[in-house]
Amino acid sequence: MNQTYAVTAVTVVVLATVLVGALGLRISRTTSDFYVASRTVKPALNAAAISGEYLSAASFLGIAGLVLLQGPEMLWYPVGYTAGHLVLLVLVAAPLRRSGAYTLSDFAEARLESAQVRRLASLFVVGIGWLYLLPQLQGAGLTLQILTGAPDWLGSVVVAVVVTGAVAAGGMRSITFVQAFQYWLKLTALLVPALFLVVAWAGDDAPRARFDAPAVFHKHTAVRVDDTVRVDFEEPLTLTVSGTVDGDRHKERPVALAEGTHRIEAGTTLGFPEGAEVPRRTAGGTDPFSWSQPLSGGRDGYRLYATYGLILATFLGTMGLPHVAVRFYTSPNGRAARRTTLVVLGLIGAFYLLPPVYGALGRIYAPELALTGTADAAVLVLPERIVGGLAGELLGALLAGGAFAAFLSTASGLTMSVAGVLTQDVLPSRGVRHFRLATLLAMAAPLALSVVATNMPVADAVGLAFAVSASSFCPLLILGIWWRGLTPPGATAGLVVGGGAALTAVMATRAGLAPEGWAHTLMAWPAVWSVPLGFGTMIGVSLATPRRIPVGAAATLARLHLPEGLVGRPQREGAPR
Amino acid sequence: MTGTGVAALAAAGILLLALGTAIGRLTAGRGGDRPDLDLGTPVERATFHTLHTASLAAPPLRAGLTEDTARKATRRLRPLLGTEALCLTDRDAVLAWDGPGADRHRQQVMALVAEVLDSGRSRSVHAECDELECPLRWVVIAPLTGEEGVLGALVAYGSRESAVLVRAASEVARWVSVQLELAELDRSRTRLIEAEIRALRAQISPHFIFNSLAAIASFVRTDPERARELLLEFADFTRYSFRRHGEFTQLADELRSIEQYLALAGARFGDRLKVTLQVAPEVLPVTLPFLCLQPLVENAVKHGLEDSRNECRVTIAAQDAGAEAMVTIEDDGVGMDPDVLRGILAGERTTSSGIGLSNVDERLRQVYGDDYGLVIETAVGAGMKITVRIPKYRAGVHSSAASRTLT
Repeated sequence: MNQTYAVTAVTVVVLATVLVGALGLRISRTTSDFYVASRTVKPALNAAAISGEYLSAASFLGIAGLVLLQGPEMLWYPVGYTAGHLVLLVLVAAPLRRSGAYTLSDFAEARLESAQVRRLASLFVVGIGWLYLLPQLQGAGLTLQILTGAPDWLGSVVVAVVVTGAVAAGGMRSITFVQAFQYWLKLTALLVPALFLVVAWAGDDAPRARFDAPAVFHKHTAVRVDDTVRVDFEEPLTLTVSGTVDGDRHKERPVALAEGTHRIEAGTTLGFPEGAEVPRRTAGGTDPFSWSQPLSGGRDGYRLYATYGLILATFLGTMGLPHVAVRFYTSPNGRAARRTTLVVLGLIGAFYLLPPVYGALGRIYAPELALTGTADAAVLVLPERIVGGLAGELLGALLAGGAFAAFLSTASGLTMSVAGVLTQDVLPSRGVRHFRLATLLAMAAPLALSVVATNMPVADAVGLAFAVSASSFCPLLILGIWWRGLTPPGATAGLVVGGGAALTAVMATRAGLAPEGWAHTLMAWPAVWSVPLGFGTMIGVSLATPRRIPVGAAATLARLHLPEGLVGRPQREGAPR
Repeated sequence: MTGTGVAALAAAGILLLALGTAIGRLTAGRGGDRPDLDLGTPVERATFHTLHTASLAAPPLRAGLTEDTARKATRRLRPLLGTEALCLTDRDAVLAWDGPGADRHRQQVMALVAEVLDSGRSRSVHAECDELECPLRWVVIAPLTGEEGVLGALVAYGSRESAVLVRAASEVARWVSVQLELAELDRSRTRLIEAEIRALRAQISPHFIFNSLAAIASFVRTDPERARELLLEFADFTRYSFRRHGEFTQLADELRSIEQYLALAGARFGDRLKVTLQVAPEVLPVTLPFLCLQPLVENAVKHGLEDSRNECRVTIAAQDAGAEAMVTIEDDGVGMDPDVLRGILAGERTTSSGIGLSNVDERLRQVYGDDYGLVIETAVGAGMKITVRIPKYRAGVHSSAASRTLT
């Protein structure tokens, strides 16, 4: 791939982001132009901003990669990512806005009148933010590596530095415009190449992608394996090998491999003939990739369970994502917040039509990515494969720019949320200096992790953050908004038990500590048991402590559910403290 | 161990550290009970212990006498008295009961208390109970008094008649009364500030109204359409400023009122007044104390124009800064001597223009804490720049009215 175009595209995106963020389209007027104040952010703009911030690397790269790897059942990812907003729209959006809360910790404090619950909620905001930032940084590393051959930590560092710099310097002041801009950029970056690719595909007699059988090499392909892998051949095959297979060194010569498992050392290049089946990667004990194998391993029980885990996590997890919640504050009132969510559904739904196209095309034209373990790169390499020439390179550059927009927007939104919570609730005193320090801290932790932890499919890693969010904030928000019996001890217990269990399971999975078999599946997809656990604990403990229902619960609920104009003055006597 | 393992361990380490810090901060205040070398004689230690328990019971009571505060307070006070059961009432009902026997005795408390509530004097009576095993045999009732007479009663149950219990209960009741009086003081301070807001609303009127009406009058012949528009602005502006309800408002509403003010001032001063508004739309929904920016703008216009003959530029900017909104109001007028300003803000001297500033400063500090007072940069002849930071969320701060739908 021509590096110049790609690097130029990435640079342009980074610069544009920083510029729009810093200079902004701030409304600057003299008195002759009245009613600046009535120009609150319109739902359409705010919705584009929410979508821009929400569509992360997982959406831009990850979904296509998973569809390539594992076929159509991975379409539950885009469905879940979108449907999460439906739940948000129906149950949470308007009351959350009416609560006046800026962060999720604010909501916990507003509803439960307890500083302790607030602190606990803050811990979860930070945890979820970090879990979510990690795959963004890793995705950036992967993208830059594919584009320029740079070491895989460089991309993470670039994104981390740009985001930290921009946020700490106060450069994200007009963040609504930045994020809205990023949405349209991402949509364009994915849509335009997709059109070209589909035309090229049609011109190529429209070969069908086959998901029920192993993928087949479309033409003679040389594959370089960067990590040592074990692969399964379903039928004997003769390959051109230079490198080490099963402990024997070969140099540029045809080797006949029998069916069964073979070990291929790092750095080996395999030349597959046209029409050969793409071998399957098998799980090895030390393979960090192995944790997600139960999904593709074929046991129906696992699959069904994992699918339910995914659905539950994404449907219920969206509302607890820290960077989504803060954007609702920009809506002038609850009604506008609801409308905004409706537009978000449309925008995100439109966007998610595209990644599966890339996944299917990748299955046809770049099947070897499944073997090398870089399936997330499918979106980036396709234009070069299918269209080729200058056009292919330009389209590839456009996609690279879009991918970087995805990393930047989500990472900056998350960093701002996490840094905001760190300044308010963790660092000792307030002030601008502390916000900068907090920004550094918010980014440093996931950056450090991203350098050591590698090789996890981006969409799966994001799924883990969703699972934790669904088990902690979903019960808190839904019960907090719809049930007046929720008490501070109940909320605390629910957060600790539900969210804590999910967090532990997720951490154990990422650390590779989970034992094989069902236990592994249960821990890799915790939402199925941790969400009911969170709800159950919250309800049970609340029922057991009925006397601890906050004094202002009735007034708060009235404020959450009544349109703003109707609420008189729901305050206790001598309220401001 | 794989790279992922290391990563997860590191993450777990960080989480543990955070958790430890949180727990450490939570428990930092409670570590004082450990036996140490020299902690005084037993008597001194008992005194310390008593004082410590009393200080723990004080914060809930400072919020006034309600069920919630009474429950928290009785939990602390019962060990202090060493009684079987302790109960707090207000004039109408039992607020909290700590200890056993609530099922049998709680019903009768109000009947026992009635006389004390009337007389305001402590009394000690036999608790009539059919249960032989019941430890609640004797009741001491002591009144809780505030500025407005008896607020409620403290009811202590003992197993036998004891002069010590009577004495202790009276002393504790007196101590509780002091706390309640302090709570009363807090409330009257709040009322004072509210009265000041009302005064501020009234204070806007005279000069500004005369001047505006005069300016509008000058347009009636020459430009009737403009005069009509200005009158409407004037009506809207006064409607907002004289609003009777609600302590908080949205930044959008406050800015709108400021725009109306500037339109009226512009009618009076013509081209001499140049205004730049720079508002990030993200911060428009922020809730803030009612009328806390308008006096600052008024101040800027006054400084910029009334004391000099030149033209004046006023810049009003509202920016998004993470969990806060930052509003700056800048003028290039005559400025002020920082020492004079300090005196005004400290309430030592009052000038007509200073009341607005010190009132806004005080209200911001009261609502958001001392970190959020006004930041003013000025010198004589160098203009003035006022920076206000407003947190996007603060418990208890809700705007009471939605955006106005009127024109």
